[in-house]
Amino acid sequence: MKLSLGPLLYYWSREDTLAFYEQAATWPLDIVYLGETVCSRRHLLRLPDWLELAEKFSAAGKEVVLSSQTLIESESDLKALRKLIANGREDGKRFKVEANEWGAVRLLAEAGREFVAGPTLNTYNPDTLDMLAEMGATRWVPPVEMPRTMIKEMLAALPSASNGAARLETELFGYGRLPLAFSARCFTARHYNLQKDDCQFRCLDHPDGLVLASREGEDFLAINGIQTQSARVMSLAHRFDELDTAGIDVLRLSPQSRQMERIVAIYRALADGDIAPKEAPAQLDRLMPAAPCDGYWLGEAGMAYHPAP
Amino acid sequence: MSAPPLLELICPAGSLPALKAAVDNGADGVYLGLKDNTNARNFAGLNFDDKSLTEGIRYAQTKRRKVLMALNTYPQPATLPRWHKAVDTAASLGVDAIILADPGLMAYARKTHPQLRLHLSVQGSATSYEAVNFYRERFGIQRAVLPRVLSLAQVENVIANTDAEIELFGFGGLCVMVEGRCLLSSYACGDSPNTFGACSPGHAVRWEQTPKGMETRLNGVLIDRYADNEKAGYPTLCKGRFEVQGETYYALEEPTSLNSMEMLPEMARLGVAAIKIEGRQRSPAYVAQVTQVWRAAIDAVKKDRTAFKPQPAWLAALAKVSEGSMNTLGAYYRPWK
Repeated sequence: MKLSLGPLLYYWSREDTLAFYEQAATWPLDIVYLGETVCSRRHLLRLPDWLELAEKFSAAGKEVVLSSQTLIESESDLKALRKLIANGREDGKRFKVEANEWGAVRLLAEAGREFVAGPTLNTYNPDTLDMLAEMGATRWVPPVEMPRTMIKEMLAALPSASNGAARLETELFGYGRLPLAFSARCFTARHYNLQKDDCQFRCLDHPDGLVLASREGEDFLAINGIQTQSARVMSLAHRFDELDTAGIDVLRLSPQSRQMERIVAIYRALADGDIAPKEAPAQLDRLMPAAPCDGYWLGEAGMAYHPAP
Repeated sequence: MSAPPLLELICPAGSLPALKAAVDNGADGVYLGLKDNTNARNFAGLNFDDKSLTEGIRYAQTKRRKVLMALNTYPQPATLPRWHKAVDTAASLGVDAIILADPGLMAYARKTHPQLRLHLSVQGSATSYEAVNFYRERFGIQRAVLPRVLSLAQVENVIANTDAEIELFGFGGLCVMVEGRCLLSSYACGDSPNTFGACSPGHAVRWEQTPKGMETRLNGVLIDRYADNEKAGYPTLCKGRFEVQGETYYALEEPTSLNSMEMLPEMARLGVAAIKIEGRQRSPAYVAQVTQVWRAAIDAVKKDRTAFKPQPAWLAALAKVSEGSMNTLGAYYRPWK
């Protein structure tokens, strides 16, 4: 099982972001996803900064993937997307890109580039997955709501060695607040009675999102600019031994502002067999910003949680 | 070659009576779905079986109106054959187009029924011309319905860079999230529009009168609580009142309807091919009223774009049937964002 660090979904100060990645370069990760996927107004790191980080991770022996913007609205969004895809390096090589909408798929396929098919492409059946593989996808991330039974069915129904599907990897969103929805509207700006175009970058004040609770105090969702996340933290540590049989090759850990190093260490220990899945929740508990959930994996409401299998 | 369509009026048909109401009141086309999760309005009591579908197609096409069939959810491995069958049914009954979101299903439709006209559903989440052109080149889609997230200037840029016809939402319930990119419902109750064809489905909804007021819940989560003088609404979860940092408010979206009528002249200038009215879950009376008003408005715009003004009587009629009795221009008007 490989471990990946997902793209940073929040907006942190430049110093905090660079410090986070400085440390992450020393963590036992196999793959690192870099780049802004949520909001085109976030600019504290620009493409050259991300590319510099990419070179560092590459030099540290990690596979680097640049993640594309999920919601493309304007011509300048498209310009940024084309630049991200072009990402020229001195040695003539290019970093792989994670396509998070079909415009990026089109541009990547046109350029004959291999890519990662991101979780928001809505890959719900083997026909679509097979098409992505044929177009150059070497890895896919199922929609975060897809249960383990369906992932298994997807992989079982893929035509085998005849095309690219044979070497297609499956990456699961395994830890972190779940990215659930995208909007044109910024809910953080709305909370502060600001317009999106003058949002004053209030996301900076909420490094793990802004919790939205029901009127009886149940934490329900987390606002992250134009993205809405789960308040609960998806965690599959206690089900780590179920991942292999479902065909998962890579487990994605989504960055949070604190304790990420220890979370990565626990998942590494799980992957290496150094701790048992049933021991993991007690260790993770103190490190998580909110209670866990695992419902999607089991084919239930995403917010559900079943402690021990 | 005939002139490209301009501001065709596409109306919702959740039932045969609604279809007839739309046709009788001036719709250029209706859109409908089958009685299962192959479409994004999978609610009990709605939609068409083979018999009503056959009759509906006959009724509309006899009067030279179009029938568009929505098969716009995402087929899953175990049930893929049912979506294929639905495409075959649409083709054999002679619908004018099918509205699809899933690329795999488009490939099937293209291969099996090359003559069948394809529209890209709003559930396909295509917000740029690069995305629209992906479906255009690969599957020959003739039209794309854009998610309700773009400003009109952004719509103009899409139209300028694609051969596909563009359809926009004009009126009705408003998704605040990008269509096809919202899993809030499955997070709360296990069923999402993408897979189940419904958001906040009836089986997960509870209404309960309590000492604190009428409470609406979705799979146990309190979505809203209404004082005695407030009208309780359906607990669509993005339209509930929640607490954020001690403040209780409509944190995501008020229960409002989209009404873009005042932008019709601009939409005509841009060459928008069709205007879609939301509301397959609404009554035939709603469909009749909204269709009649929009027919009059579109005719007026086509006659004289510069002099067009929504008439007070039209707006009053629409306000009466609007969700929450409030209207918004949504993303077409940038400050809404």
